[in-house]
Amino acid sequence: MSTVVLLLATGLGLGALYFLVASGLSLIYGLMHVLNFAHGSFLTLGAFLGWAAAQRLDATSWTGFVASILVGALVGAVVAALTELLLIRPLYERHIEQVLVTVGLSLATVALFEGIWGTDPDFIRGPAWMDRTTGVLGARIPNDRFVIIGIAVLVLVAIVVFLRKTRYGMVIRAGVENRAMVTALGIDVRRSFTLVFAIGGAAAGLGGVLAAHYFGYVSPSLGGSLLIFAFIVTVIGGLGSLTGAAIASVLVALLQQFANYYAGGTGDFVIVLALAGVLLVRPSGLLGKAA
Amino acid sequence: MRAKIVPLGLGAALVVVLAVLPLLSIQVPGILPGPTYTPGSLQLLALCMVYAALALSYNLLLGTGGQLSFGHALYFGGGAYGLGILLERTDLALWPAVALTLAGVGAIAVVTGAVSLRVTGIPFAMVTLAFAQAGSVLVRRNPDGLTGGDEGLSVDTEHVPAALVGVVHTRNLYWLALAVVVVAYLVVLWIDRSRVGHVAAAARENELRVRALGLQPYAAKLVVFVASGLLAALAGVAYMLLQSGTVPRSVGADLTITVLVMVVLGGVGSRWGAIIGGVLYTLLNQRLTLLARSDAVESLPSWLHVPLSEPMFILGGLFVLVVLFVPGGIAGTATRLTGRRRTRTGVAVLEAADSEERALEPQP
Repeated sequence: MSTVVLLLATGLGLGALYFLVASGLSLIYGLMHVLNFAHGSFLTLGAFLGWAAAQRLDATSWTGFVASILVGALVGAVVAALTELLLIRPLYERHIEQVLVTVGLSLATVALFEGIWGTDPDFIRGPAWMDRTTGVLGARIPNDRFVIIGIAVLVLVAIVVFLRKTRYGMVIRAGVENRAMVTALGIDVRRSFTLVFAIGGAAAGLGGVLAAHYFGYVSPSLGGSLLIFAFIVTVIGGLGSLTGAAIASVLVALLQQFANYYAGGTGDFVIVLALAGVLLVRPSGLLGKAA
Repeated sequence: MRAKIVPLGLGAALVVVLAVLPLLSIQVPGILPGPTYTPGSLQLLALCMVYAALALSYNLLLGTGGQLSFGHALYFGGGAYGLGILLERTDLALWPAVALTLAGVGAIAVVTGAVSLRVTGIPFAMVTLAFAQAGSVLVRRNPDGLTGGDEGLSVDTEHVPAALVGVVHTRNLYWLALAVVVVAYLVVLWIDRSRVGHVAAAARENELRVRALGLQPYAAKLVVFVASGLLAALAGVAYMLLQSGTVPRSVGADLTITVLVMVVLGGVGSRWGAIIGGVLYTLLNQRLTLLARSDAVESLPSWLHVPLSEPMFILGGLFVLVVLFVPGGIAGTATRLTGRRRTRTGVAVLEAADSEERALEPQP
């Protein structure tokens, strides 16, 4: 029982990280039909600069932790918005080339991070409470899992409220649904492109700081390894669907954790098999629009 | 008629020149490490050709089929690792082992292609990426010590003909690599001109219309996908023999992205462009790595030194600039400069590859 609870908690923590990456990917794809390969770089940069901020203040204090989260989210948002304005916008409506630009950006930035911070993982510390464990139904759950899950839920709620209750959110939702119609009604959808990129970037940067606590280190390859699972999550959840991304994040992470534990470390394969299965049965994903 | 014979003659002449290169002593300062007959230079040139063949196979997928795959490395790495494992674990001679490797990779390509081709456009890219990632994880996990894990796998030379082993025989490996590029070029040319190739290209432009004509775009796309995978495996086999070993990088997403950079640099949809892109990228990568370690770069201030010491930063940046400002790559620019009109440009091919958009939204 205690093993199952521990796997559940770890899986939910990992799922929370997947969601923070996948939510941005899915929103960006839904609105702009761009697959953002540079999303992992937003995450890595958020993690590195967030950690730098925490070190400046005091890595083991809560102020340091909160500051690192804010810095991570801010860095992610700014870099993502700049990417959209400088690299994506000039290639308006040329989706494949937009993808290629993000591929080039991710290559260049990962190399740059390796040049600046080296390829080896940089081990990090957080507030002492986060390194301890709490007993839940007989299982010792690391406290950072609760923080990660809590923040991811907050982000989910914040994005949902933003999309449902604000004017910009409505434009974005309408744009995902039918962009041609929104444009025909005289609304400039392009303005919301930058916004969606900034939101996605903020979630990824924040995810970077949390991922650094989850894995215990920051490294230039942090973003790339999470990005691939986030891609799988977005396809399984249905491209463009935020709820789909949330559900698929949790399912994929739990499946991965349980398969890794009970089926001898085959988690990654089970996920790829699940992806193949979902595509065979429902090519548009769990909650995607039927093509 | 003359318009067709002239490039054909030029191509044949180039192959002949490249074939006699190991017998000549030509210095190309700044590009080759020594005269053309030395093993170092031949090794570099042969590597250029292996990557040119790989770029050709990717161009078949992206340029002809309009399929943006992020899992192409799976088939290249499958060729390299497949051959390595067969040579180590069985008593097969080299050529049967190569044939068996190609058959195995072909089977993997059929299965993965059949699943991934259920979606198009960007989702296709993500699905192929996931498959390649599974392969990459498998190789790194090192089941039963088959793949050597992160250490990589080296060629067991027991059953390899002596003429293909060792530095003194680099020349033979060079000719093998040249043969692989020529084969890849001819196969791609053949498919491009065949009925299947025409159907796949038509499906790239407008799939609905192909279906309305009663043709089966799915089958044609699958044939192109598998052919492209087989050619990549052939390049992987040549790579394995040339480098006498391989590391997990040859199955990773990084390699696919590298090939994508080569093809886009050369010009999507152009066979010559793919070859030039493959060669140029390999040479640039080699030069930039040397430059990164040079004293001149070391002595620069750190804000200049750090980016310049990372070849991938320069190549990635170059790639972004090419996509933004040189649509069509080298081949596209060349045709624009010579003023020759072609039926399709790299930009048009990329537009068409985004077929999902076309199928979902009515065109204005």
